Amino acid sequence: MEGVIMNKLSYPILTYTVFLPLIGVFVLLFLKNEKLIRWTSLFFTILTLIIAFPLLTHFDKNTHLMQFVEFHEWIPSLGINYMVGIDGISILFIFLTIILSILCVLVSWRAIDKKVKEFHIGILAMECAMLGVFVSLDFLLFYIFWEAMLIPMFILIGVWGGENRVYAAIKFFLYTLVGSVLMLVGIVVLYFYGGKTLNILELSKINYPFTLQFWLFLAFLAAFAVKVPMFPVHTWLPDAHTEAPTAGSVILAGVLIKMGAYGFLRFSMPMFPDAMQFFRLPLIVLSLIAIIYGALVCFAQKDFKRLIAYSSVSHMGFVTLGLFALNTQGVEGGILQMLNHGVVTGALFLLVGIVYERTHTRLIADYGGFAKLMPWYAGIFMVFTLASIGLPGTNGFIGEFLIIFGAFKAKKVFGVIAAIGIILGAGYMLWLYQRVFFQNPHSHYEGPGGHPVWDMNFREVITMIPLVIFVFWIGIYPNAFLDYMHVTVNHLIDKVNQTGYAGGDYMFSELIKEGILKIWK
Amino acid sequence: MEVSINIGIRDISAFMPEIILFVTGLLLMLLDLIIKRKEILGFVAIAGTVVAIYSTYKLSAYNDPISAFGGMFLLDGYSNLFKVIFYINIILTIFISLRYMKIEGASYGEYYALLVLATTGMMIMASAGDLIILYLGLELMALSTYILAGLLRRQFRSNEAALKYFFLGAFSSAFLLFGIALTYGLTGATDLNAIAEAIKTLNIANNPILYLALVFIIVAFGFKIAIAPFHMWAPDVYEGAPTSVTAFMSVGPKAAGFAVLGRVLFYAFQDVQIDWAGVLVPLSILTMAVGSIIALAQRNIKRMLAYSSIAHAGYMLLGIIARSSEGLAATVNYLLIYTFMNIGAFAIVIALRREGFQGEDLEDYMGLSKNYPLASALMLIFMFSLTGIPPTAGFIAKFYIFMAAINAGYVYLAIIAVIFSVISAFFYLRVVMYMYMREPVKEVILSSPPSMSIALAITSLTILVLGVFPSLLLNIVRASIL
Repeated sequence: MEGVIMNKLSYPILTYTVFLPLIGVFVLLFLKNEKLIRWTSLFFTILTLIIAFPLLTHFDKNTHLMQFVEFHEWIPSLGINYMVGIDGISILFIFLTIILSILCVLVSWRAIDKKVKEFHIGILAMECAMLGVFVSLDFLLFYIFWEAMLIPMFILIGVWGGENRVYAAIKFFLYTLVGSVLMLVGIVVLYFYGGKTLNILELSKINYPFTLQFWLFLAFLAAFAVKVPMFPVHTWLPDAHTEAPTAGSVILAGVLIKMGAYGFLRFSMPMFPDAMQFFRLPLIVLSLIAIIYGALVCFAQKDFKRLIAYSSVSHMGFVTLGLFALNTQGVEGGILQMLNHGVVTGALFLLVGIVYERTHTRLIADYGGFAKLMPWYAGIFMVFTLASIGLPGTNGFIGEFLIIFGAFKAKKVFGVIAAIGIILGAGYMLWLYQRVFFQNPHSHYEGPGGHPVWDMNFREVITMIPLVIFVFWIGIYPNAFLDYMHVTVNHLIDKVNQTGYAGGDYMFSELIKEGILKIWK
Repeated sequence: MEVSINIGIRDISAFMPEIILFVTGLLLMLLDLIIKRKEILGFVAIAGTVVAIYSTYKLSAYNDPISAFGGMFLLDGYSNLFKVIFYINIILTIFISLRYMKIEGASYGEYYALLVLATTGMMIMASAGDLIILYLGLELMALSTYILAGLLRRQFRSNEAALKYFFLGAFSSAFLLFGIALTYGLTGATDLNAIAEAIKTLNIANNPILYLALVFIIVAFGFKIAIAPFHMWAPDVYEGAPTSVTAFMSVGPKAAGFAVLGRVLFYAFQDVQIDWAGVLVPLSILTMAVGSIIALAQRNIKRMLAYSSIAHAGYMLLGIIARSSEGLAATVNYLLIYTFMNIGAFAIVIALRREGFQGEDLEDYMGLSKNYPLASALMLIFMFSLTGIPPTAGFIAKFYIFMAAINAGYVYLAIIAVIFSVISAFFYLRVVMYMYMREPVKEVILSSPPSMSIALAITSLTILVLGVFPSLLLNIVRASIL
């Protein structure tokens, strides 16, 4: 095949990686013993990591082409094929997914005590679908994985979630479905325009006329904006993240919402560059609103988990801001920030889950003095608080710095507003830390007749260690990760900026200005 | 007009599957007199169907379409595919009704005979090359289903269903006859090809009377496939009829209606200048809207599935509207997949039924997953498939039909359709939600005799396999129709 590097390893590594968790699902179906189920689930998530590991070592960092490509006919009569491959953007997400899946199994060891089998089936099915999204090079394949994620996630939230779980689950499902089906229509339109093919690489090579780009961009935007989620379609996120069980929140925050941004990178930018330029300004404005609004709302939260959920809105605003800055720093920062957010917010949800197991309350007001009660916990929480704020030396700093740099390059005021967002972020996170860990311990947890809480146990520490390592690894030596994406990102940026679109940068604003003037007259 | 009455062996052999089924039907009525255990009759019916399948299989070996009885009876890939749908429909229906009819206290031999006769009628409809034959098939099917709907004669709502279905069905038959009469008056023919010929030669392609005839015919079949605004009978009849009959009716007559609609519109009225696709567009939108939105308010699962089946008719229309053989293939593909997922869903409804317990309220599904994880998982598959979520076959069905619609330039229609499919997601999800996310309030005992388990296994596996390997079905459908 042209323009791709076929898989040279002795086994179809991507297919194995994606479908190994699915085999795990089938194995689990026949197991009865709960302990055995947990271990099997852990075994399969770790085995997936081992199987996928050669991807890292054999990856060629000097090319933007798709690598490890596998190709099989699937629906020949419609010209649809099974084609998978990865490039410098997807490889990082694959490992993020795999690692977070392992942690999800670990963190649910004690937290999930009913319907254990179904829960682990859900987690493994999720892992398969998420990995599938990142490796698919055929639109139908991509769409099937993209939608298939909804089923296990719906069940995960709805069955093992908090009090308001059913509402949250249905809201999550319907919001995402609306976006996705519009994308489906867009995909079919592409199919016929591109000469009856759904090959993503082939379709990316075509120059589409502007009107078509305009509508297709909107159709895809519907799917990706809901998933990210961008303001104003973010309202499913606080409910879903808050009500989901810890593992569900981690998957949602860590991987699922990255898929929206991944969609922008993989589809919207290379396929509809003109429309991308056209919609750039309103999208940047929405990102800035998300940053500031998400941060402000955090100050008003009484619920521990909900606060972190809203902080995701703010952080994902940074990510999209970086992407839509459309320069190397911005996009790389955006991608890195996605990883960071996966690590940090994933970790914060894990930490909330750990303490919730002990206290069974999510109200911040019920906490206080936990630095004394759970010193280890307090220390680890501090690491992630600082990473979330973006303290130099942690991963958050690198990502946010690159994004603000990129935004500044695009227009100064964007950088300034984004920087205000960082200050707000420091505000709500430190305030949260103060309320939970300092002050005097609540009488529930100390003193006679109290319900004592205990510090983190070995399994819990083990769960957190990899994430702590990532915080500092990315923070101190980001090139280890940026190296993977440099070439791919540069190629992408070139493609977007080489458009024949004559309107220049800020077409949308002019359009609106004209419109207003017309109405005025 | 000269009528040829030279009936050769070739004509008879083309008609063989129908003859076999018809004889099976008569045989069942006779056996009913001697055999006390009526389940045996069910197996006789299945045996007869299997023989008919074999005969169809033999006939499909001829590559060229067969036109028997002077063009009155057509045997081609198109009709054979529909016959496959009818075969699957009747076999699965019998599987799920063996125990059910006993519980309902309606274990009559006629039941199986009528199922077989109704299926014969549908098959004749699918093969009809002449409006008269078409009408014959239609009446055979309709009369049988009227009785089937009212089989629970001690139940008030079953009587109501039968009566309602009969009255409205009679109306629709009248519409059809009116349409046929007008067509005959204009073209002097009842043969579909002759009609098409006459429209061309007599140059009446834009004759308003012909439009009227066309509209009458669309109305008549719109009634059979339950598209809005001719759907009024469906919810009441579906709710009142025995559940197994509901499953049978929600697939069989609908498929037969589509078979005829496709045949008549594509063959006879291909050249009519009025864009019949344009006539169907508002009907399709209305159907999807009525089906999806009213289903939201239903608390009875049979009624909900009735509205869902109305909504699905709306999606299937998209293939006809596309006015291409690709579109027709998409509709047939949809119908085939719909057969499996719909009968599967009804099978679960039936499994909940037991002596003194209806098992039709949504509340009855609360917490089902606690005691019956497997049955709940199957229902989950059916519900997600009906919604059209991958990796189930329901998604492939929708995907292919949207492709046909978009290829024909109906992008806006595809957008409307996907939006309604999101709305419909809500009520399918609600079933899943009740099963998995609520605590049980009633004691529900699920019974699944072997025949039912077989039906459930067939339907659920087919849905999953076709969802992942759609080529298996698509190749057959495309080869038969394109």
